[in-house]
Amino acid sequence: MRIKTKKSNNIIHNTHRRDRQHQHNVIHHSIPIKTSKHNKSCTIAKQSDSPRKTDDNKKNSLSPAQLTYVRNIRKKQFMIRLYQLLLFVGFIILWEYTARKGIINDFIFCSPSKLFATFITMLKDGSLMHHIGITLYETLAGFAIVIIGSLIVATLFWWNETLSKVLEPYLVILNSLPKSALAPVLIVWLGSNKTTIIVCACSVAIFGSILNIYTGFVNVEGDKIKLIKTLKGSRFQALRLVVLPSNVPNIISIMKVNIGLCLVGVVIGEFLAAREGLGYLIIYGSQTFKMGNVLLSILILCAIAMLLYLILQKVEKKLSGYF
Amino acid sequence: METPVLEFSRVNYIYHTISCETVALQNISFKLDKSEFISFVGPSGCGKTTLLNLVAGLIPVTSGVIKIGGRPLEDSPLNIGYMLQKDHLLEWRSIYKNLTLGLEIQHKMDEEHLHIIDELLKTYGLWEFRNALPRQLSGGMRQRAALIRTLALSPDILLLDEPFSALDYQTRLNVADDIGSIIKEKGISTALVTHDLAEAISMADRVIVLSKRPGTIKAEIPIKLSIENRTPKTSRNAPEFNTYYNQIWEAVQDENKD
Repeated sequence: MRIKTKKSNNIIHNTHRRDRQHQHNVIHHSIPIKTSKHNKSCTIAKQSDSPRKTDDNKKNSLSPAQLTYVRNIRKKQFMIRLYQLLLFVGFIILWEYTARKGIINDFIFCSPSKLFATFITMLKDGSLMHHIGITLYETLAGFAIVIIGSLIVATLFWWNETLSKVLEPYLVILNSLPKSALAPVLIVWLGSNKTTIIVCACSVAIFGSILNIYTGFVNVEGDKIKLIKTLKGSRFQALRLVVLPSNVPNIISIMKVNIGLCLVGVVIGEFLAAREGLGYLIIYGSQTFKMGNVLLSILILCAIAMLLYLILQKVEKKLSGYF
Repeated sequence: METPVLEFSRVNYIYHTISCETVALQNISFKLDKSEFISFVGPSGCGKTTLLNLVAGLIPVTSGVIKIGGRPLEDSPLNIGYMLQKDHLLEWRSIYKNLTLGLEIQHKMDEEHLHIIDELLKTYGLWEFRNALPRQLSGGMRQRAALIRTLALSPDILLLDEPFSALDYQTRLNVADDIGSIIKEKGISTALVTHDLAEAISMADRVIVLSKRPGTIKAEIPIKLSIENRTPKTSRNAPEFNTYYNQIWEAVQDENKD
């Protein structure tokens, strides 16, 4: 439980830190922030606006009202975490109970204990790690290609307006196409192997990614580009000094979407064309009624999706200090 | 007589859109002498910014000649600094790295130029903030930082495009005063574009009134104030200030009536 509380506190800190970035000078009742880096930035902001300095002292000596406020917020956060945990535990218990009592058929619906047993067996014979590894590899490879590819194409589009005008409608069509329809075609063209699955993952994410990154590039404030020109900078310097850095937050949020899409693409590909990977495990398991395999794979996919998203979120937070 | 640092002779500028062709500037001729400060005033859309863009070489003239330091624009020996309406400090760079932007672009990151920046930072009270991010500075400080970014390249001609319009009134007077003094002290020839008549008079040696589109020169009014130690702030208290204000006001009004 202790760990849980700590975590919930963290979340409060983070949300407030965000607030602060936008409104340095508004001192409202809030949780004192201990991060040294943050404090520094706050002090500087204060110096710059002397008339608003007056109510800064409040922050250091916390008033009872402030303490109550903080306590209430923390309590609320804690309760939310608690309910989330209870919901999960409750669901597991209900599932196990109904399966054991024969209310649901555990051959079809499986049960938490069976699932856990499958997990242990597959972990021991190493097959689970193998399948996870394959799926992760394909997802990350696809993701890397999507990042690099869409950045290059979006840059070319920004560089050459004619090119972007010519190709944009095609990209829009490809982007709105349900990509699962492409997968069988890819298998015929490329064969049933890892390459196909990686291409499949890319095809799901890349078109939208190009369009979104390009939109971000085009929306850079015109006067910022003018500034570079007045400093006698070239178009390439405008790209390097203004367009790319000002788009970093945008690119990262696009990537957060893309990592999920790549995973979708990989699973579609593995459904159709693989002999290994979690997608294959799901299809194979469902055909042979090994429901333990199926549900375990789905759970692991959930975990992978969440993990990858969290990693990107970490990166985003790291960078948001600079951008 | 010394060659003027900037000279326009019969400059026209026409721009095109799909639906029409617009004459933005027509038959513009004027001279900017060394260390002189000219203000351009006129109704919005009279091509004031276009005029500065022409000087900065961002757009080519349709016809006519612009000479800088007696030479054609393309191979002028003089540096031109351009300050835009907003400060456009890049939020992801520290103040110091923002100020060196011009040097970085022109590959002049040497001792000599960096020293200029250090001096400017110290003189204009931004030294402690050199490692801060732009969002941690007040509007007035940001605008001063933008000026230092421009001055770092040691410009011979300074173009100011309503550089104070994004500031609140009080800050605006102070920053105008600061910047006006800096420019005077360094003896930089300056062209200021503004729609604020009082600002134009308080800073300039000469005010040029532009007409509504197509922009032509409507009146040229030398400002001579009988006060000592003239700065933009003290200028406003000069006895002649109101006379000039009314004179220019009428010239601009006139225009609006046609």
